[in-house]
Amino acid sequence: MLRDEERRWWLNGGLRLAMAAALIMLPPALRAADPPGAAPVAGAKEAPGDVDPNQIQVPPPPFSEGIFPCTQCHDGKTVKLNTTPRKLVDMHDDIVLNHGPNRWCLDCHSAEHRDQLHLVDGKLIDFSKSYLLCGQCHGNKLRDWKVGVHGKRTGYWNGQKQYLLCVNCHNPHSPHFKPLKPLPPPVPPDQIVAVEGGRP
Amino acid sequence: MSDTPKTSASSLACGEPQSGSRRRFIRAAGCAAVAAALTGCGNLTTEEFLQRNFRELDKKELAEIIARLEKEYTAKFRKKVTVAATPPMPGVVFGYALDLSRCIGCRRCVYACVKENNQSRDPQIQWIRVLQMDKAEGVNVLHADPYYDPPLVPQEGHFYMPVQCHQCKNPPCVKVCPVKATWQEPDGITVVDYNWCIGCRYCMAACPYGARRFNWGEPHLPPEEINPVTEYLGNRPRPKGVVEKCTFCIQRTRKGRYPACVEICPTGSRKFGNLLDPGSEIRYVIENKRVFLFKEELNTQPKFFYFYGV
Repeated sequence: MLRDEERRWWLNGGLRLAMAAALIMLPPALRAADPPGAAPVAGAKEAPGDVDPNQIQVPPPPFSEGIFPCTQCHDGKTVKLNTTPRKLVDMHDDIVLNHGPNRWCLDCHSAEHRDQLHLVDGKLIDFSKSYLLCGQCHGNKLRDWKVGVHGKRTGYWNGQKQYLLCVNCHNPHSPHFKPLKPLPPPVPPDQIVAVEGGRP
Repeated sequence: MSDTPKTSASSLACGEPQSGSRRRFIRAAGCAAVAAALTGCGNLTTEEFLQRNFRELDKKELAEIIARLEKEYTAKFRKKVTVAATPPMPGVVFGYALDLSRCIGCRRCVYACVKENNQSRDPQIQWIRVLQMDKAEGVNVLHADPYYDPPLVPQEGHFYMPVQCHQCKNPPCVKVCPVKATWQEPDGITVVDYNWCIGCRYCMAACPYGARRFNWGEPHLPPEEINPVTEYLGNRPRPKGVVEKCTFCIQRTRKGRYPACVEICPTGSRKFGNLLDPGSEIRYVIENKRVFLFKEELNTQPKFFYFYGV
Protein backbone atom coordinates (compact mmCIF):
# COMPACT_ATOMS: atom_id res chain seq x y z
CA MET A 1 0.00 0.00 0.00
CA LEU A 2 1.51 3.27 -1.13
CA ARG A 3 1.52 6.21 1.14
CA ASP A 4 -0.32 9.35 0.02
CA GLU A 5 2.88 11.19 -0.76
CA GLU A 6 4.20 8.36 -2.85
CA ARG A 7 0.96 8.01 -4.78
CA ARG A 8 0.96 11.74 -5.53
CA TRP A 9 4.55 11.51 -6.78
CA TRP A 10 3.74 8.63 -9.13
CA LEU A 11 0.63 10.35 -10.43
CA ASN A 12 2.60 13.47 -11.05
CA GLY A 13 5.35 11.59 -12.83
CA GLY A 14 2.90 9.62 -14.92
CA LEU A 15 1.22 12.81 -16.01
CA ARG A 16 4.54 14.27 -16.98
CA LEU A 17 5.42 11.14 -18.94
CA ALA A 18 2.14 11.27 -20.81
CA MET A 19 2.71 14.92 -21.65
CA ALA A 20 6.20 14.20 -22.91
CA ALA A 21 4.89 11.35 -25.06
CA ALA A 22 2.20 13.61 -26.46
CA LEU A 23 4.76 16.27 -27.26
CA ILE A 24 6.93 13.78 -29.13
CA MET A 25 3.98 12.53 -31.15
CA LEU A 26 2.86 16.03 -32.14
CA PRO A 27 3.57 17.01 -35.74
CA PRO A 28 6.77 19.02 -35.96
CA ALA A 29 5.02 22.27 -36.86
CA LEU A 30 3.15 22.31 -33.55
CA ARG A 31 6.26 21.78 -31.43
CA ALA A 32 8.12 24.71 -29.97
CA ALA A 33 9.15 26.80 -32.99
CA ASP A 34 12.77 27.03 -34.06
CA PRO A 35 14.36 30.37 -33.29
CA PRO A 36 13.53 32.79 -36.12
CA GLY A 37 16.15 32.94 -38.81
CA ALA A 38 17.49 29.47 -38.02
CA ALA A 39 15.80 27.88 -41.01
CA PRO A 40 17.33 28.80 -44.38
CA VAL A 41 15.26 31.43 -46.14
CA ALA A 42 14.36 30.46 -49.69
CA GLY A 43 16.51 32.26 -52.21
CA ALA A 44 18.63 34.07 -49.63
CA LYS A 45 22.14 34.61 -50.88
CA GLU A 46 25.20 34.06 -48.77
CA ALA A 47 26.53 37.41 -47.78
CA PRO A 48 30.31 37.12 -48.20
CA GLY A 49 32.32 35.81 -51.10
CA ASP A 50 30.85 34.12 -54.11
CA VAL A 51 27.69 34.03 -56.14
CA ASP A 52 25.43 31.00 -55.84
CA PRO A 53 27.14 28.51 -58.18
CA ASN A 54 24.00 26.40 -58.65
CA GLN A 55 21.93 29.33 -59.78
CA ILE A 56 24.20 31.49 -61.86
CA GLN A 57 26.37 30.85 -64.87
CA VAL A 58 28.96 33.48 -65.55
CA PRO A 59 30.47 33.71 -69.04
CA PRO A 60 34.25 33.89 -69.51
CA PRO A 61 35.86 37.33 -69.28
CA PRO A 62 35.99 39.29 -72.55
CA PHE A 63 39.69 39.26 -73.36
CA SER A 64 41.03 40.95 -76.48
CA GLU A 65 41.97 38.31 -79.03
CA GLY A 66 45.27 36.55 -78.37
CA ILE A 67 46.02 38.54 -75.24
CA PHE A 68 45.53 35.73 -72.71
CA PRO A 69 47.43 34.05 -71.11
CA CYS A 70 49.56 37.06 -70.22
CA THR A 71 52.51 34.77 -69.49
CA GLN A 72 52.96 34.34 -73.25
CA CYS A 73 55.07 37.49 -72.98
CA HIS A 74 55.20 38.26 -69.26
CA ASP A 75 57.20 35.15 -68.44
CA GLY A 76 59.96 37.02 -66.65
CA LYS A 77 62.38 36.56 -69.58
CA THR A 78 60.84 38.01 -72.75
CA VAL A 79 59.55 41.05 -70.87
CA LYS A 80 61.45 42.12 -67.80
CA LEU A 81 59.45 43.06 -64.74
CA ASN A 82 59.29 46.80 -64.21
CA THR A 83 57.10 47.95 -61.34
CA THR A 84 57.60 51.68 -61.87
CA PRO A 85 54.36 53.46 -62.78
CA ARG A 86 54.84 54.91 -66.28
CA LYS A 87 53.15 55.57 -69.58
CA LEU A 88 53.20 52.40 -71.65
CA VAL A 89 54.69 52.44 -75.14
CA ASP A 90 54.89 49.77 -77.89
CA MET A 91 52.43 47.44 -76.13
CA HIS A 92 49.08 48.03 -74.41
CA ASP A 93 49.31 51.67 -75.50
CA ASP A 94 45.73 51.41 -76.80
CA ILE A 95 44.48 51.09 -73.25
CA VAL A 96 43.06 54.34 -71.91
CA LEU A 97 43.14 54.21 -68.15
CA ASN A 98 40.23 56.33 -67.04
CA HIS A 99 39.22 54.74 -63.79
CA GLY A 100 39.70 57.09 -60.88
CA PRO A 101 42.88 59.02 -60.07
CA ASN A 102 46.38 57.58 -59.67
CA ARG A 103 45.68 54.13 -61.00
CA TRP A 104 48.14 51.91 -62.68
CA CYS A 105 48.28 48.36 -64.07
CA LEU A 106 49.74 46.59 -61.08
CA ASP A 107 47.07 47.92 -58.71
CA CYS A 108 44.88 45.13 -60.08
CA HIS A 109 47.13 42.90 -62.20
CA SER A 110 49.53 40.73 -60.24
CA ALA A 111 53.19 41.40 -61.03
CA GLU A 112 54.38 37.95 -59.96
CA HIS A 113 51.46 35.86 -61.20
CA ARG A 114 50.65 37.46 -64.51
CA ASP A 115 47.65 35.31 -65.36
CA GLN A 116 45.87 36.41 -62.23
CA LEU A 117 44.62 39.51 -60.52
CA HIS A 118 45.23 40.46 -56.94
CA LEU A 119 43.11 42.04 -54.27
CA VAL A 120 44.31 44.84 -52.01
CA ASP A 121 45.29 42.30 -49.36
CA GLY A 122 47.46 40.48 -51.90
CA LYS A 123 45.12 37.52 -52.35
CA LEU A 124 45.29 36.20 -55.91
CA ILE A 125 42.11 35.68 -57.93
CA ASP A 126 41.38 34.40 -61.42
CA PHE A 127 40.08 36.70 -64.13
CA SER A 128 36.77 34.83 -63.94
CA LYS A 129 36.36 36.10 -60.35
CA SER A 130 37.15 39.72 -61.21
CA TYR A 131 33.92 40.89 -59.56
CA LEU A 132 35.59 40.33 -56.20
CA LEU A 133 38.22 42.86 -57.23
CA CYS A 134 35.64 45.40 -58.41
CA GLY A 135 33.66 44.86 -55.23
CA GLN A 136 36.53 46.10 -53.08
CA CYS A 137 35.53 49.67 -53.93
CA HIS A 138 32.06 49.13 -55.38
CA GLY A 139 30.71 47.08 -52.51
CA ASN A 140 27.11 48.19 -52.87
CA LYS A 141 27.18 47.33 -56.58
CA LEU A 142 28.61 43.89 -55.83
CA ARG A 143 25.86 43.32 -53.28
CA ASP A 144 23.17 44.27 -55.81
CA TRP A 145 24.86 42.25 -58.54
CA LYS A 146 24.86 39.12 -56.42
CA VAL A 147 21.11 39.30 -55.85
CA GLY A 148 20.48 40.11 -59.51
CA VAL A 149 19.55 43.77 -59.31
CA HIS A 150 22.67 45.35 -60.79
CA GLY A 151 23.44 43.99 -64.23
CA LYS A 152 21.48 41.71 -66.48
CA ARG A 153 20.24 38.20 -65.87
CA THR A 154 19.02 35.91 -68.61
CA GLY A 155 17.60 32.41 -68.54
CA TYR A 156 14.90 31.40 -66.11
CA TRP A 157 13.29 33.60 -63.47
CA ASN A 158 12.54 30.45 -61.47
CA GLY A 159 15.63 28.42 -62.34
CA GLN A 160 19.07 28.53 -63.91
CA LYS A 161 20.22 32.07 -64.65
CA GLN A 162 23.11 33.43 -66.64
CA TYR A 163 24.94 36.47 -65.44
CA LEU A 164 27.53 38.76 -66.91
CA LEU A 165 30.76 39.75 -65.23
CA CYS A 166 31.23 43.44 -64.39
CA VAL A 167 33.77 43.61 -67.21
CA ASN A 168 31.29 42.33 -69.82
CA CYS A 169 29.55 45.70 -69.68
CA HIS A 170 32.16 47.98 -68.10
CA ASN A 171 35.61 48.11 -69.63
CA PRO A 172 37.70 47.85 -66.46
CA HIS A 173 40.20 50.40 -67.77
CA SER A 174 37.50 52.92 -68.65
CA PRO A 175 34.34 51.71 -66.93
CA HIS A 176 31.76 54.34 -67.82
CA PHE A 177 28.93 52.72 -69.81
CA LYS A 178 29.36 53.72 -73.45
CA PRO A 179 26.56 55.65 -75.20
CA LEU A 180 24.62 53.73 -77.85
CA LYS A 181 22.86 54.59 -81.06
CA PRO A 182 19.12 54.41 -80.40
CA LEU A 183 16.94 52.25 -82.64
CA PRO A 184 14.46 54.20 -84.81
CA PRO A 185 11.66 56.17 -83.13
CA PRO A 186 8.05 55.04 -83.60
CA VAL A 187 6.14 56.25 -86.65
CA PRO A 188 3.87 59.15 -85.63
CA PRO A 189 0.17 58.24 -85.92
CA ASP A 190 -0.46 60.70 -88.77
CA GLN A 191 2.14 58.93 -90.90
CA ILE A 192 0.69 55.46 -90.44
CA VAL A 193 -1.33 54.48 -93.50
CA ALA A 194 -3.30 51.27 -93.42
CA VAL A 195 -3.58 49.55 -96.78
CA GLU A 196 -6.49 47.24 -97.51
CA GLY A 197 -5.29 43.68 -97.21
CA GLY A 198 -2.01 44.75 -95.69
CA ARG A 199 1.15 45.89 -97.42
CA PRO A 200 3.19 43.22 -99.16
CA MET B 1 -73.86 46.13 -100.16
CA SER B 2 -72.83 43.59 -102.74
CA ASP B 3 -69.33 45.05 -102.61
CA THR B 4 -68.78 44.46 -98.95
CA PRO B 5 -68.66 40.66 -98.90
CA LYS B 6 -66.66 40.70 -102.06
CA THR B 7 -64.16 42.98 -100.48
CA SER B 8 -64.02 40.93 -97.36
CA ALA B 9 -63.82 37.78 -99.41
CA SER B 10 -61.03 39.21 -101.46
CA SER B 11 -59.26 40.48 -98.37
CA LEU B 12 -59.68 37.05 -96.84
CA ALA B 13 -58.55 35.39 -100.00
CA CYS B 14 -55.61 37.71 -100.08
CA GLY B 15 -54.94 37.18 -96.36
CA GLU B 16 -54.20 33.50 -96.69
CA PRO B 17 -51.35 33.69 -99.14
CA GLN B 18 -50.15 36.95 -97.47
CA SER B 19 -49.59 35.36 -94.07
CA GLY B 20 -48.01 32.37 -95.78
CA SER B 21 -45.63 34.58 -97.71
CA ARG B 22 -44.70 36.51 -94.56
CA ARG B 23 -43.85 33.30 -92.81
CA ARG B 24 -41.93 32.21 -95.83
CA PHE B 25 -40.26 35.60 -96.03
CA ILE B 26 -39.22 35.51 -92.37
CA ARG B 27 -37.91 32.00 -92.80
CA ALA B 28 -36.00 32.97 -95.92
CA ALA B 29 -34.67 36.16 -94.33
CA GLY B 30 -33.56 34.24 -91.26
CA CYS B 31 -31.77 31.70 -93.41
CA ALA B 32 -30.20 34.50 -95.42
CA ALA B 33 -29.04 36.27 -92.24
CA VAL B 34 -27.49 33.09 -90.86
CA ALA B 35 -25.95 32.33 -94.22
CA ALA B 36 -24.61 35.86 -94.46
CA ALA B 37 -23.27 35.61 -90.93
CA LEU B 38 -21.62 32.30 -91.67
CA THR B 39 -20.19 33.11 -95.04
CA GLY B 40 -20.29 36.76 -95.88
CA CYS B 41 -19.38 38.44 -92.59
CA GLY B 42 -15.77 39.39 -93.13
CA ASN B 43 -13.62 36.28 -93.45
CA LEU B 44 -15.07 34.41 -90.50
CA THR B 45 -15.61 30.69 -90.88
CA THR B 46 -18.58 28.95 -89.25
CA GLU B 47 -16.37 27.65 -86.45
CA GLU B 48 -14.96 31.10 -85.78
CA PHE B 49 -18.39 32.66 -85.82
CA LEU B 50 -19.74 30.18 -83.31
CA GLN B 51 -16.62 30.18 -81.08
CA ARG B 52 -17.22 31.12 -77.46
CA ASN B 53 -15.17 33.24 -75.05
CA PHE B 54 -11.84 31.64 -74.13
CA ARG B 55 -12.87 31.29 -70.51
CA GLU B 56 -15.99 29.31 -71.41
CA LEU B 57 -14.21 26.75 -73.56
CA ASP B 58 -13.89 23.17 -72.42
CA LYS B 59 -10.76 21.16 -73.13
CA LYS B 60 -12.09 19.57 -76.30
CA GLU B 61 -13.25 22.85 -77.80
CA LEU B 62 -9.96 24.53 -76.95
CA ALA B 63 -7.98 21.72 -78.56
CA GLU B 64 -10.07 22.02 -81.71
CA ILE B 65 -9.64 25.79 -81.85
CA ILE B 66 -5.91 25.53 -81.32
CA ALA B 67 -5.63 22.90 -84.04
CA ARG B 68 -7.61 25.15 -86.37
CA LEU B 69 -5.45 28.20 -85.60
CA GLU B 70 -2.20 26.26 -85.99
CA LYS B 71 -3.35 25.02 -89.38
CA GLU B 72 -4.38 28.50 -90.44
CA TYR B 73 -1.13 30.18 -89.30
CA THR B 74 1.05 27.40 -90.68
CA ALA B 75 -0.57 27.80 -94.08
CA LYS B 76 -0.38 31.60 -93.96
CA PHE B 77 3.25 31.86 -92.83
CA ARG B 78 4.47 28.74 -94.66
CA LYS B 79 6.18 27.32 -91.58
CA LYS B 80 5.12 25.34 -88.53
CA VAL B 81 3.47 27.71 -86.06
CA THR B 82 2.43 26.34 -82.67
CA VAL B 83 -0.29 27.82 -80.48
CA ALA B 84 -0.27 26.93 -76.77
CA ALA B 85 -2.70 27.69 -73.98
CA THR B 86 -0.28 27.38 -71.06
CA PRO B 87 -2.10 27.67 -67.72
CA PRO B 88 -0.81 30.07 -65.05
CA MET B 89 1.57 28.61 -62.45
CA PRO B 90 0.09 28.28 -58.98
CA GLY B 91 1.62 30.53 -56.34
CA VAL B 92 2.96 33.00 -58.88
CA VAL B 93 2.08 36.66 -59.38
CA PHE B 94 4.39 38.38 -61.82
CA GLY B 95 5.99 41.70 -61.09
CA TYR B 96 8.28 43.93 -63.10
CA ALA B 97 10.70 46.64 -62.10
CA LEU B 98 12.54 49.13 -64.29
CA ASP B 99 15.59 51.04 -63.16
CA LEU B 100 15.18 54.67 -64.23
CA SER B 101 18.71 55.50 -63.16
CA ARG B 102 20.11 52.99 -65.68
CA CYS B 103 17.85 53.11 -68.74
CA ILE B 104 19.62 54.98 -71.54
CA GLY B 105 16.71 55.01 -74.01
CA CYS B 106 18.33 52.83 -76.68
CA ARG B 107 14.97 51.23 -77.64
CA ARG B 108 16.45 47.72 -77.87
CA CYS B 109 13.50 46.52 -75.76
CA VAL B 110 10.94 47.97 -78.18
CA TYR B 111 12.22 45.98 -81.12
CA ALA B 112 12.94 42.79 -79.16
CA CYS B 113 9.31 42.92 -78.06
CA VAL B 114 8.06 43.38 -81.63
CA LYS B 115 10.14 40.41 -82.79
CA GLU B 116 9.08 38.15 -79.94
CA ASN B 117 5.40 39.03 -79.92
CA ASN B 118 4.64 39.13 -83.67
CA GLN B 119 3.37 42.69 -83.80
CA SER B 120 2.38 44.08 -87.17
CA ARG B 121 5.38 45.64 -88.90
CA ASP B 122 3.20 47.68 -91.23
CA PRO B 123 1.09 49.41 -90.03
CA GLN B 124 3.61 49.68 -87.21
CA ILE B 125 2.56 48.44 -83.77
CA GLN B 126 4.87 48.59 -80.74
CA TRP B 127 3.89 47.69 -77.19
CA ILE B 128 6.71 49.57 -75.46
CA ARG B 129 7.04 53.32 -75.75
CA VAL B 130 10.20 54.95 -74.43
CA LEU B 131 9.69 58.49 -73.20
CA GLN B 132 12.57 60.93 -73.10
CA MET B 133 12.07 63.20 -70.12
CA ASP B 134 13.68 66.36 -68.83
CA LYS B 135 15.80 65.86 -65.75
CA ALA B 136 14.77 69.34 -64.63
CA GLU B 137 11.09 68.39 -64.90
CA GLY B 138 11.22 64.92 -63.39
CA VAL B 139 8.50 62.45 -64.33
CA ASN B 140 6.19 64.80 -66.18
CA VAL B 141 4.35 63.45 -69.20
CA LEU B 142 3.82 66.96 -70.50
CA HIS B 143 7.57 67.11 -71.06
CA ALA B 144 7.89 63.63 -72.53
CA ASP B 145 9.10 63.01 -76.06
CA PRO B 146 8.70 59.52 -77.58
CA TYR B 147 10.14 60.55 -80.97
CA TYR B 148 13.67 61.50 -79.88
CA ASP B 149 16.33 60.43 -82.37
CA PRO B 150 19.82 61.72 -81.57
CA PRO B 151 22.93 59.93 -82.88
CA LEU B 152 23.76 58.66 -79.39
CA VAL B 153 21.84 58.17 -76.14
CA PRO B 154 21.65 59.06 -73.30
CA GLN B 155 21.43 62.78 -74.05
CA GLU B 156 22.67 65.32 -71.56
CA GLY B 157 19.99 66.55 -69.19
CA HIS B 158 17.52 63.79 -70.01
CA PHE B 159 16.38 60.51 -68.59
CA TYR B 160 14.36 57.76 -70.22
CA MET B 161 11.20 56.08 -69.08
CA PRO B 162 9.91 53.09 -71.04
CA VAL B 163 6.16 52.60 -70.64
CA GLN B 164 4.28 49.40 -71.37
CA CYS B 165 1.32 47.58 -69.84
CA HIS B 166 1.53 47.88 -66.06
CA GLN B 167 -0.55 44.73 -65.47
CA CYS B 168 -2.64 46.61 -62.91
CA LYS B 169 -4.17 44.75 -60.01
CA ASN B 170 -7.16 47.06 -60.43
CA PRO B 171 -7.25 47.32 -64.23
CA PRO B 172 -9.56 50.00 -65.65
CA CYS B 173 -9.31 48.41 -69.10
CA VAL B 174 -10.88 45.18 -67.86
CA LYS B 175 -13.62 47.08 -66.07
CA VAL B 176 -14.82 48.87 -69.22
CA CYS B 177 -14.76 45.98 -71.70
CA PRO B 178 -18.40 45.49 -72.70
CA VAL B 179 -17.92 41.90 -73.87
CA LYS B 180 -15.38 40.58 -71.34
CA ALA B 181 -12.80 39.99 -74.04
CA THR B 182 -10.02 41.12 -71.68
CA TRP B 183 -9.41 39.98 -68.14
CA GLN B 184 -6.77 39.47 -65.48
CA GLU B 185 -5.33 35.98 -65.15
CA PRO B 186 -4.50 34.44 -61.72
CA ASP B 187 -0.79 35.19 -62.26
CA GLY B 188 -1.62 38.87 -62.68
CA ILE B 189 -1.30 39.17 -66.45
CA THR B 190 -4.12 40.99 -68.21
CA VAL B 191 -4.84 39.20 -71.47
CA VAL B 192 -7.05 39.68 -74.53
CA ASP B 193 -9.05 37.02 -76.36
CA TYR B 194 -8.48 38.29 -79.90
CA ASN B 195 -11.32 36.12 -81.18
CA TRP B 196 -13.78 37.70 -78.77
CA CYS B 197 -12.67 41.35 -78.95
CA ILE B 198 -15.15 43.49 -80.91
CA GLY B 199 -12.71 46.36 -81.42
CA CYS B 200 -14.67 49.05 -79.58
CA ARG B 201 -11.42 50.42 -78.05
CA TYR B 202 -13.04 51.34 -74.72
CA CYS B 203 -10.08 49.69 -73.01
CA MET B 204 -7.69 51.99 -74.85
CA ALA B 205 -9.63 55.01 -73.65
CA ALA B 206 -9.62 53.67 -70.09
CA CYS B 207 -5.90 52.82 -69.86
CA PRO B 208 -4.02 55.70 -68.22
CA TYR B 209 -0.68 54.37 -69.51
CA GLY B 210 -1.54 54.26 -73.23
CA ALA B 211 -0.44 50.67 -73.22
CA ARG B 212 -2.99 49.17 -75.58
CA ARG B 213 -2.70 49.13 -79.37
CA PHE B 214 -5.39 48.72 -82.02
CA ASN B 215 -5.02 46.93 -85.34
CA TRP B 216 -6.43 49.65 -87.55
CA GLY B 217 -5.26 47.89 -90.66
CA GLU B 218 -4.66 44.31 -91.69
CA PRO B 219 -1.51 43.47 -89.70
CA HIS B 220 1.43 42.68 -91.91
CA LEU B 221 4.05 40.31 -90.58
CA PRO B 222 6.64 38.92 -93.01
CA PRO B 223 6.73 35.08 -92.80
CA GLU B 224 10.50 35.09 -92.30
CA GLU B 225 10.10 37.31 -89.24
CA ILE B 226 7.37 35.40 -87.40
CA ASN B 227 8.12 33.87 -84.01
CA PRO B 228 6.49 30.46 -84.47
CA VAL B 229 6.21 29.68 -80.74
CA THR B 230 2.95 31.38 -79.84
CA GLU B 231 0.40 31.52 -77.07
CA TYR B 232 -3.36 31.79 -77.56
CA LEU B 233 -3.64 34.72 -75.12
CA GLY B 234 -0.31 36.18 -76.14
CA ASN B 235 1.75 36.49 -79.28
CA ARG B 236 -0.25 34.55 -81.86
CA PRO B 237 -0.85 36.58 -85.03
CA ARG B 238 -3.72 38.99 -84.56
CA PRO B 239 -6.51 39.84 -87.00
CA LYS B 240 -7.48 43.35 -88.06
CA GLY B 241 -9.83 45.22 -85.74
CA VAL B 242 -8.70 43.91 -82.35
CA VAL B 243 -6.79 45.39 -79.44
CA GLU B 244 -3.46 43.99 -78.25
CA LYS B 245 -0.99 44.73 -75.44
CA CYS B 246 2.05 43.60 -73.49
CA THR B 247 1.52 40.26 -71.72
CA PHE B 248 4.89 40.12 -69.91
CA CYS B 249 5.75 37.67 -72.75
CA ILE B 250 3.22 35.15 -71.44
CA GLN B 251 4.57 32.51 -73.83
CA ARG B 252 7.99 32.76 -72.14
CA THR B 253 7.27 33.67 -68.53
CA ARG B 254 4.72 30.90 -67.96
CA LYS B 255 7.49 28.49 -68.89
CA GLY B 256 9.93 30.09 -66.44
CA ARG B 257 11.85 32.28 -68.86
CA TYR B 258 12.45 36.01 -68.62
CA PRO B 259 10.52 38.36 -70.93
CA ALA B 260 12.28 39.32 -74.16
CA CYS B 261 12.71 42.95 -73.07
CA VAL B 262 14.52 41.85 -69.90
CA GLU B 263 16.92 39.67 -71.86
CA ILE B 264 17.77 42.28 -74.49
CA CYS B 265 18.33 45.30 -72.22
CA PRO B 266 22.02 46.19 -72.53
CA THR B 267 22.03 48.11 -69.25
CA GLY B 268 20.22 45.50 -67.16
CA SER B 269 17.57 48.04 -66.20
CA ARG B 270 14.72 45.56 -66.39
CA LYS B 271 13.93 43.18 -63.52
CA PHE B 272 11.29 40.49 -63.46
CA GLY B 273 10.09 37.82 -61.10
CA ASN B 274 7.51 36.34 -58.79
CA LEU B 275 6.11 38.85 -56.31
CA LEU B 276 5.14 36.00 -53.97
CA ASP B 277 8.71 34.64 -53.72
CA PRO B 278 10.59 36.47 -50.95
CA GLY B 279 13.93 35.54 -52.56
CA SER B 280 13.15 36.96 -55.99
CA GLU B 281 14.93 39.92 -57.58
CA ILE B 282 11.69 41.83 -57.77
CA ARG B 283 11.10 41.52 -54.05
CA TYR B 284 14.66 42.68 -53.35
CA VAL B 285 14.03 45.77 -55.45
CA ILE B 286 10.77 46.58 -53.70
CA GLU B 287 12.22 46.02 -50.24
CA ASN B 288 15.60 47.75 -50.73
CA LYS B 289 15.31 50.41 -53.43
CA ARG B 290 13.45 53.65 -53.89
CA VAL B 291 10.39 52.54 -55.85
CA PHE B 292 7.61 54.57 -57.38
CA LEU B 293 4.40 53.75 -59.20
CA PHE B 294 3.46 55.68 -62.31
CA LYS B 295 0.16 57.56 -61.79
CA GLU B 296 -0.23 55.95 -58.39
CA GLU B 297 -3.03 58.37 -57.52
CA LEU B 298 -5.35 56.62 -59.98
CA ASN B 299 -5.36 53.51 -57.77
CA THR B 300 -4.68 51.19 -60.67
CA GLN B 301 -2.22 49.31 -58.42
CA PRO B 302 0.33 48.46 -61.12
CA LYS B 303 2.58 45.42 -60.86
CA PHE B 304 5.13 47.40 -62.85
CA PHE B 305 7.48 49.37 -60.60
CA TYR B 306 9.99 52.07 -61.45
CA PHE B 307 13.00 52.32 -59.18
CA TYR B 308 16.31 54.09 -58.69
CA GLY B 309 19.05 51.49 -58.54
CA VAL B 310 21.84 53.82 -57.47
